Amino acid sequence: MKNVQKQKRANKSLPFFFRDEFRVSLVIILISVALLITTFTFDIVPPILNRGIQPATFPKALLVLIIVMTLLIYYLATKNPWKVEKKLPRSFFLTLSSFVIFVVVSKTLDFFLAISALSIFVSYCWGEKRLFYLFLVGIIFPIIVFIFFETILGLRFPSGIITNIYYS
Amino acid sequence: MDNLLLMLAPLFSSKLLLVLFFGTLFGLILGVLPGLGPTTGGALILPFTMTLDPLSAIVLLTSIYCAGTYGGAITAVLINTPGTPAAAATCLDGYPLAQKGEAGRALGMATVSSTVGGIFSVVILVFFAPILAQLAYEFGQPEYFALAIFGLTMLASIGEGSPIKNLIAGAFGILISTVGKDFMTSIDRFTFGINELTEGIGFIPVVVGLFAMSEMLTQSTLINQVFNRIALKAIKLPSKDDYKKTWKTILRSSGIGSFIGVLPAEGGTVASLIGYSEAKRFSKNPEEFGKGSIEGIAGAEAANNAATGGAMVPTLALGIPGSATTAVILTGLIIHGVRPGPDLFREQPDFLYGIFGAMLIANILFFIFGFFGAKIFARITLVPNKILWPMIFAVSVCGTYSLNQSIIDVWIMLFFGVLGFFMRRYGFSVVPVIIGLILGELVEGTLRQSLVIFDGNYLMFFTRPIALTFFILSLIALAFPLIRSRKLKKNND
Repeated sequence: MKNVQKQKRANKSLPFFFRDEFRVSLVIILISVALLITTFTFDIVPPILNRGIQPATFPKALLVLIIVMTLLIYYLATKNPWKVEKKLPRSFFLTLSSFVIFVVVSKTLDFFLAISALSIFVSYCWGEKRLFYLFLVGIIFPIIVFIFFETILGLRFPSGIITNIYYS
Repeated sequence: MDNLLLMLAPLFSSKLLLVLFFGTLFGLILGVLPGLGPTTGGALILPFTMTLDPLSAIVLLTSIYCAGTYGGAITAVLINTPGTPAAAATCLDGYPLAQKGEAGRALGMATVSSTVGGIFSVVILVFFAPILAQLAYEFGQPEYFALAIFGLTMLASIGEGSPIKNLIAGAFGILISTVGKDFMTSIDRFTFGINELTEGIGFIPVVVGLFAMSEMLTQSTLINQVFNRIALKAIKLPSKDDYKKTWKTILRSSGIGSFIGVLPAEGGTVASLIGYSEAKRFSKNPEEFGKGSIEGIAGAEAANNAATGGAMVPTLALGIPGSATTAVILTGLIIHGVRPGPDLFREQPDFLYGIFGAMLIANILFFIFGFFGAKIFARITLVPNKILWPMIFAVSVCGTYSLNQSIIDVWIMLFFGVLGFFMRRYGFSVVPVIIGLILGELVEGTLRQSLVIFDGNYLMFFTRPIALTFFILSLIALAFPLIRSRKLKKNND
């Protein structure tokens, strides 16, 4: 409890634009406003065919509601600041970047290779240095998963350098 | 009598028995592993259920739900980390009792009270779900709209996160449900020219992303965490003295858990906390709580398992999820083309009573597995995260891809994984997003159809007694967290 209060006090001492509540609220509002603008580009049903409300009305109402509630949480946070979150460790950023690598590799090279690469990368970044276990999570397990999906579920994986060899 | 026979049907089907056996075993393993649990596990297994018939699929998911909720207690007692959020209250007394060298006694009590709570709630489910479904016959579009609003406002009072943050997350979930072609006019909304989005965003990528992938990112921040494990020699059934001390607590918590479970959007976490605090309030020895009280374990465990059956009541009778895991089960029903509600009770009683029976058997099965296998399950926590999570990633990716054979679904899953991580970091629960996504179509559909019926007159909603009752309940649900926080503040002062 004391620790949380300490973290909250630490947050209060920061300039407002560095505080989590400001940054989070700003991001939500910016995205909501952008989406709200998008709703104005939705097609409109001619009045003669329109029954009830226009397709854009419901999302518009939701976005306005989100913006209002976000302003409310920001207002409440000015009175009762959020606690400062611990800095994210390196392992988090490495895991996050592995997601990006996965998307790039699965799009350009091979889906299966991307799973394998991510598994080895994440396992290594999380501290696994033993070759056998890296081989297990990066090669053996994805092969088992591949065979399971391929044969039992009849799934066809997207083409790529490895899957093409298998399918040909 | 007929219904009882229908309930026993899973016992006479080797396929369903096998599914139950596997589901209970898998649920226990998931419950034991911190960070996984029945919600994430259910989300992971959802794509695989597509190879099963609807009854087997839902039996699998419900058995995972029942066993997973109990499994969390094993980790709570032995490593002071709740395997599932619903087991958080079990840590308070389970671990101190284990530290005193009575881990077997603590787990024995957790197993018995979980089983009693679970079975009690199935009885509640069998009696109340058909009654609630019968009531739902009176519902028209406006009543369903009001009910969905009530379900969403209940998000304000769910355990984690602030009420307003939960409501924002719920509204965001509904917003996701509007992506794709509008169901009434076929006009594209939020598709940004991407063809794959015209069909909308699927449940599975969002569910797997928000639960499994965001948890993977959370685990990446905890890789240096060290757990102190307490060795378990053998699980012990509670003594006569323990039963004498706890039977009232178990029954009370079973009732509390079932009731909390029935409330839309609530679940085992809230139930176990209330069950625990009520056990303390009624106890003759409240000073023992937090120091290894056997009543504390019984109160928390009976309540969280009782919430499983309770949470299935609104899920099956109304299509409104009673908890995070039932939101996943509801997703399972929807993707199998089963529409929960009164018609399901009238048209497919064999399906429903099959689920009830399966839940009953799952509660007995996890008692047997837990009693004889807790020692083995406790060893599962020794699997290092650096091995476990890359494997979960591989299964998540292939599972998500398998549904539509779409790589876009995988990317959506990863996007929601990252989003879910940051939501949790800043105190936004991810559960309301799923509930919002599930209820979104119902909310918008019933609103628009009601407005067509009422000729655009919004005030007509308040002229219908059932709808009005739900709106009043919604206001109470919104006010409840405010009243609760004021009361807490007053108590603290």
